Amino acid sequence: MATNGKIIGVNGNLIRVAFTDAVVQNEVAYAKLASGVKLKSEVIRIRGDYAELQVFEDTTGLKTGDDVEFTGELLSVELGPGLLTQIFDGLQNPLPRLATECGFFLQRGKYLHALPRRKKWTFTPVAKVGDKLTAGETLGTVPEGIFKHRIMVPFKIQGTVTVESILAEGDYVIEDVIATLKDGEGKIIDAKMSQFWPIKIPIKQYAERLRPDEPMVTQQRIIDTFFPVARGGTYCIPGPFGAGKTVLQQLTSRYADVDIVIFAACGERAGEVVETLREFPDLLDPRTGKSLMERTLIICNTSSMPVAAREASVYTGVTLAEYYRQMGLNVLLLADSTSRWAQALREMSGRLEEIPGEEAFPAYLESVIASFYERGGVVRLKDGTKGSVTIGGTVSPAGGNFEEPVTQATLKVVGAFHGLSRERSDQRRFPAIHPLDSWSKYEGIIDVAKVSAARHILAEGGDVNQMMKVVGEEGTSMEDFVLYLKSEYLDAVYLQQDAYNDIDSACSAERQKYLFGKVFQILKTPMTFKEKDVARSFFLKLTQITKDWNRVEFQSQEFKNLEVQIFKSVAEAEIHV
Amino acid sequence: MYKVYHRIERIAGSVITVKAEGVAYQELAQVTSGQGISLARVNRIDGDMVDLQVFAGSRGISTESQVRFFGKPMDTPFGDSLLGRVFTGAGVPRDNGPVIEENSVPIGGPSVNPSKRIVPTRMVRTGIPMIDVFNTLVVSQKLPIFSVAGEPYNQLLARIALQAEVDVIVLGGMGLKFDDYLYLKDFLEKNGALSRSVMFVHTASDPIVECMLVPDVALAVAEQFATKGKNVLVLLTDMTNFADAMKEIAITMEQIPSNRGYPGDLYSQLAARYEKAVDFEGSGSITILAVTTMPGDDVTHPVPDNTGYITEGQFYLRKGRIEPFGSLSRLKQQVNGKTRSDHRTIANTMIQLYASFRETLEKQSMGFRMSGWDQKVLKYGERFEKEMMDLSVNIPLERALDLGWTILADCFNPEETGIPSKLINEYWPKKG
Repeated sequence: MATNGKIIGVNGNLIRVAFTDAVVQNEVAYAKLASGVKLKSEVIRIRGDYAELQVFEDTTGLKTGDDVEFTGELLSVELGPGLLTQIFDGLQNPLPRLATECGFFLQRGKYLHALPRRKKWTFTPVAKVGDKLTAGETLGTVPEGIFKHRIMVPFKIQGTVTVESILAEGDYVIEDVIATLKDGEGKIIDAKMSQFWPIKIPIKQYAERLRPDEPMVTQQRIIDTFFPVARGGTYCIPGPFGAGKTVLQQLTSRYADVDIVIFAACGERAGEVVETLREFPDLLDPRTGKSLMERTLIICNTSSMPVAAREASVYTGVTLAEYYRQMGLNVLLLADSTSRWAQALREMSGRLEEIPGEEAFPAYLESVIASFYERGGVVRLKDGTKGSVTIGGTVSPAGGNFEEPVTQATLKVVGAFHGLSRERSDQRRFPAIHPLDSWSKYEGIIDVAKVSAARHILAEGGDVNQMMKVVGEEGTSMEDFVLYLKSEYLDAVYLQQDAYNDIDSACSAERQKYLFGKVFQILKTPMTFKEKDVARSFFLKLTQITKDWNRVEFQSQEFKNLEVQIFKSVAEAEIHV
Repeated sequence: MYKVYHRIERIAGSVITVKAEGVAYQELAQVTSGQGISLARVNRIDGDMVDLQVFAGSRGISTESQVRFFGKPMDTPFGDSLLGRVFTGAGVPRDNGPVIEENSVPIGGPSVNPSKRIVPTRMVRTGIPMIDVFNTLVVSQKLPIFSVAGEPYNQLLARIALQAEVDVIVLGGMGLKFDDYLYLKDFLEKNGALSRSVMFVHTASDPIVECMLVPDVALAVAEQFATKGKNVLVLLTDMTNFADAMKEIAITMEQIPSNRGYPGDLYSQLAARYEKAVDFEGSGSITILAVTTMPGDDVTHPVPDNTGYITEGQFYLRKGRIEPFGSLSRLKQQVNGKTRSDHRTIANTMIQLYASFRETLEKQSMGFRMSGWDQKVLKYGERFEKEMMDLSVNIPLERALDLGWTILADCFNPEETGIPSKLINEYWPKKG
């Protein structure tokens, strides 16, 4: 039963509350302002007869003696049809509906249902009376946009239940009881289309977890070819500010080969989310021909929104991702940025006066980050279908220094590392992923041996470049010089992509294989030149045509013409041994 | 009606602790001491012990001083009568004008609902090629000017303020040198811009708590103008002083510091201010330009570092010029695709070539022989610095783009620039 308490201290968004009955760690409570407005909070520490709560709102106006109501429920999200295309804050409040009620500004203490209550969904039963089911198995389906949304046996149920009754096909609202289930002890449980699940506990109602072995194509050449990400894998993008983390995330959310993209904007700029909000409805998903928004869900807790809700937002995101994974879908969760989330933890830790770890981050930072990324993965569901949650998190290291705690804790647990470099972004090389420092443990779309040969050329070319800075161009042999030019060529035409060009911004797997084959052939062609200036201008020209080639439709006539032109000029520079 | 307390338990730095009941978090209070009257704000409550930040500092406060609570959080007056006026961070007139007490609005209000924001599409023309061409400023952008002490950042701010087409200018000065304050005021006055400006100024010798209030007050006023349909430009100088003031208070209150003594919530605090930049759908807008001086010219210092992650780009002001490297306007692609078809390409190409120029300079300084290409690049770099980068250059965007083509054509062959053949055909100046 709900208990009550009284505030005995306020420090920023941390309040101290004296209570009499039992309280639960991480339960939700409401702090009541004199005006009657209730502020949502979460218990984060209990000491003797008082509890410490983080308040998800601005605490201005709270006083000693104000009432606090405990609910006994852990911080949860509502799961059900109607989640897709929505924009939530970190606590799953739908922002557009808040805007229609409150106007331009967010009003504290205003909480709305995540899912529309009155919308009717066409339910088709799958389970029959008498079926024996366990949590997460399908009772029926409703169409949600382009997906078949499974209505499942509530995840909280333990053991096997028998279907006592189930509604016939028809239109129902999410709060209608669509089935009644009887558990082993004969207790009757009502199943509705929506259910609640605590965000900090992973949804594990599947048969087994598998190894991620299928590549998730992002249509960014440097990622798919050199540092691939697998479906159900995890990766991180650390980089200093201005290195292009967010642009990269946005392109990934647009082109990644997955069913659903959940974008958790966590403590970042509001403007960036707005771009996604305003552009996605008009962009078409090349796979389905429908608006991109139909496969997208946005959790938006930007930097100026309350910091405690920022901490919740990544968990909200991953819980929703896990929910859709339970339907056999491939989900990509993009978290931007996990450093802001870690900072939220640090702020709370500081207010709790915990003994600080490195850079004042709490000592439990690593285990918290690890358990977050571990919620990704490919699973085989109870009905044999597969679903996956891929997690891509950006990291914003202080000073761009990868040695800092958040980056290091993240690197330990992810399967791919796309390190962005200030140097490359200053040179306007997009994506600014460092080709030598980054790594991936997943298999990509192109033969590993060839990729590593290409990386080798990049490394050697880089060495020559370093050497040239010391001995000058005249002290460099023609052979080395050509190697350097080849590495620059590979960089310019393959690693870099023009994010603002409609065609070059996304390179399909097929085109990547084709292009890589051709570029690799050029790299392996022995070439010699009389003078270095001749060599340089040859490669400049070659780079130019190849870039033009990248900007035309794949396999079009123009594409074929340019290809002929490229290989004609390569043939001229080739030595015939 | 107000409750008055006499018993002050603790005095440290600008923070006093008083035993009081029924006091709300962030409530405003008035402290009367031998040194006069000062406002104060509640910033921690522990049982019946209340910590207050005293705006005028704690000097001269006795254990018997009187503390009176107002029962409401801090606010600021608002109205057109603010235009042309100068105030302190606590809202006291600095210019011998009358005290304004109309339409109080709360400061540090809630943030804008992200779903009510719109994608910014309007360019702010400044007449400075390094901004207009390479890093276009956009309405509702928040952009810091990273600089070091001694650079003419206040002059740059003043010039942008004057040339940008906005309805209202709100200037927030934090830890300003008195001379700089007078310079800004005189400059705006001389050029007839003071009548559309409001200034909130904290000078280096004023109490530190007032420094912390300046951005909040300035932005609260800006927000009011913006919701009434005005396009507002907010200039803040210098945000590093603001962060240092926060650090000072946090340390006084014995908070655990995170990085170089700054409080753990530095990012959130800065973001709460910068995120006030907005373009209201169907109403006005707020654009923020803020100077952040980098101690020791170190961009990894916590203040510029956190700022860089919050703002939509940054300008580096070094040696009296806006550096092309590192300087970035993240919103430029919202507008520079619609100005002229060659805008983006010119911007990218010229910067890439300028990067080669810097590399070549390095090689030259080490005594290497300059190749034919190197010579071309050197010639280009010098012209670029003189004709584009110099801050005294004052030309509209279109003329700056034409100038770009001229410089390129004088120094290179078309294919050496890497510009797509289509644009070369259209814009490359014909010889003869």
